Amino acid sequence: MNALLNAVSRSLASRACGVVLLAGVSLGAVAQTRVEDPWVRATVAGQPSSGAFMRITADTDSTLLSVTSPVAKDVQIHEMSMTNDVMRMGPVDAVPLPAGKTVALDPEGYHVMLMGLNGQIKEGDQVPLALTVKNAKGETEVLNVSAPARSAATMDMQHDHEMTH
Amino acid sequence: MNEFLTRRQVVAGMGLLGLGLLAGCDGSTTALDFKYGKDLSNKIMGRTFKLTDTDGEVRTLSSYRGLMPMVFFGFTQCPAVCPTALARAAQIKKLMGEDGKTLQVIFITVDPERDTPQILDAYIKQFDPTFVALRGSLEDTAHVAKEFGVFYEKVPAGNTYTMSHTATSFVFDSRGNLRLGLSPSLSAKQCAEDLLTVMEVC
Repeated sequence: MNALLNAVSRSLASRACGVVLLAGVSLGAVAQTRVEDPWVRATVAGQPSSGAFMRITADTDSTLLSVTSPVAKDVQIHEMSMTNDVMRMGPVDAVPLPAGKTVALDPEGYHVMLMGLNGQIKEGDQVPLALTVKNAKGETEVLNVSAPARSAATMDMQHDHEMTH
Repeated sequence: MNEFLTRRQVVAGMGLLGLGLLAGCDGSTTALDFKYGKDLSNKIMGRTFKLTDTDGEVRTLSSYRGLMPMVFFGFTQCPAVCPTALARAAQIKKLMGEDGKTLQVIFITVDPERDTPQILDAYIKQFDPTFVALRGSLEDTAHVAKEFGVFYEKVPAGNTYTMSHTATSFVFDSRGNLRLGLSPSLSAKQCAEDLLTVMEVC
């Protein structure tokens, strides 16, 4: 059992969780929406879709309307939910971004689906994503994000890893 | 009883007596006390499957006798729960050290129309080179899912579809008795502890 615990602590220690801060496109004004730690799951050859993940914080009540990317023919926002160990998946029209609240697009909930990929996404590739966000006044802004591709074998953050915000 | 004797003979014949020397490997399926997972020892489910691996070989549960198979249903275009479960499985195997060598992770696709053997092979090997992926016809897939009580369905998504499915990992002992159901919410360490309980029995 000691070996087990040691292995766990090693794994924890090796996981330095880098947080990338990407300011949104701000036109003179303060950035309304912040995107942190964007990443895309790398694919194997022939795999036609993948997921993109990030954390989004808007400073006013906003909505994530859509996402586009040159790497995929169709980009959708999906929501995953788990009930009694049954994983349910489906597209959503938009993601609410309540003021000041960080909304996680992670493997536990909402995520961006890159469907109809134009090619394999390899670990380390930078995947451009453009997020369209509408604020409480009805104004839309486009946030351009570059999301690095991580190995498909990446453990998502929740299991075994303490996530620090 | 006859079935029990046959199993003993098969195991002996395969030269896997070493595993039988562990306390309690007597072929019984009495309930086990797991700390985190669900005991499935007495469930009439998951007794059999017949599918094809990525090399085109037909595989059944007995193909993995002597190992501790851990079966997970999913599809390669699954963005979240499948890679998470498979990455967790790879981590469990590492955590178990030498004992992890008996853990045989088996990924059964619920999307055989899109998951070709080539894609499945590349997909599963990126988690661990010892993991295997199995697929069958649509009928085979429906049959094996029913056998395991696994739910799956296509969900329309634009011009294509995504899928909903059960995300439990099913663990058999080295005799091929279904023993344990592991929820996707459990950590690798929690899973590894329960797998050691399975190994103590058989």
